[in-house]
Amino acid sequence: MKLNERSLAFYATCDSPADNSGFLYKRGERHTAYHRRWFVLKDNMLFYFEERESREPVGVIVLEGCNVELCDSAEGFAFAIRFGGTKSRTYVLAAESQAAMESWVKSLSRASFDYMRLVVRELEKQLEEMRWGRAGGWGGSREFSGSRKSSGLEQSPERVPALPGVLPKENGCAVWNNALGVEQPPSTSGCAERDDEENPRPPPLPPRRRVSNGSAGNAGDIPSTFCRLHERYSREVARLRQDWLEKQRGSRP
Amino acid sequence: AVLKKRLVKLVVNFLFYFRTDEAEPIGALLLEHCRITKEEENVFSISFIEEPERKYCFECASEEQCQEWVEALKRASYEFLRRSLIFYRNEIQKMTGKDPLEQYGISEEARFQLGTPRQ
Repeated sequence: MKLNERSLAFYATCDSPADNSGFLYKRGERHTAYHRRWFVLKDNMLFYFEERESREPVGVIVLEGCNVELCDSAEGFAFAIRFGGTKSRTYVLAAESQAAMESWVKSLSRASFDYMRLVVRELEKQLEEMRWGRAGGWGGSREFSGSRKSSGLEQSPERVPALPGVLPKENGCAVWNNALGVEQPPSTSGCAERDDEENPRPPPLPPRRRVSNGSAGNAGDIPSTFCRLHERYSREVARLRQDWLEKQRGSRP
Repeated sequence: AVLKKRLVKLVVNFLFYFRTDEAEPIGALLLEHCRITKEEENVFSISFIEEPERKYCFECASEEQCQEWVEALKRASYEFLRRSLIFYRNEIQKMTGKDPLEQYGISEEARFQLGTPRQ
């Protein structure tokens, strides 16, 4: 399968900070000998180089849908990256110390896009709850109080709902959408658009969308509030640019 | 340049493309450090930071489909996700005075740091 390798190599070696890096021993695919390689973890990709100074990675492991497990084998400080599917290779790696092994296992298990998306959704939900003053933690019905529209934006710390210790199962929908069992935009979606009040306008709440399998649906679900903010600024920039261009054209003889 | 019909799938930060009758992708593009540009009608392109002149062009069935893809691709990168996480973390911290990531024991992870210069 072709991959934009040059871009990948650039991404691996550019000076954006790595989430983890260090020497690890990697067990060969066919032979059980271990090879010492320089590993660099960036986002959801684990690159490995022959040497620390190598200009190009030898390979990359994409960390989506994997499980990171400790190996109870005799080889010290070993752990495995396992994927579902019978054709997938299991990568066995070994660190040089207990501390290094633990650090790698931790950072690798948090490296996936899915994990990141889960955390973002969780924070997004918390922020919405704080802004709109909803009561309670997980599940149950939500109260759509009429006072929400007014100055209910500032919440005292005591009103912050108790946070669960375990993140919910990821299925792409906000929990309250599940509880209601209906796919419908929340009645708040229109609210923040109004700017007649003097209070600072929070980013508008978008309608909830159901996750669709595959294709463009995946990326479109996440950080809806942040996306809207992003969109709004880009529209403003585009408009300013357009105005400027028109002025330029107008001033030509 | 010849246009070839492909089935295209966006999965996390990878854009896979398939021949329409095959189950295995023939290729993939990693969508980090890239720019998504709307070109002429129904067309968008993807180019990468280290080779900006080289454009991967895609022609869609309609302008609407084109816009949909441009939007989705712009938000597809891990970097975008990371920035939105930092945004929310910061907002919550401002409102409550507490770091929402402490709860999950991940507040010290390099990938979630505010000050980490990227790109």
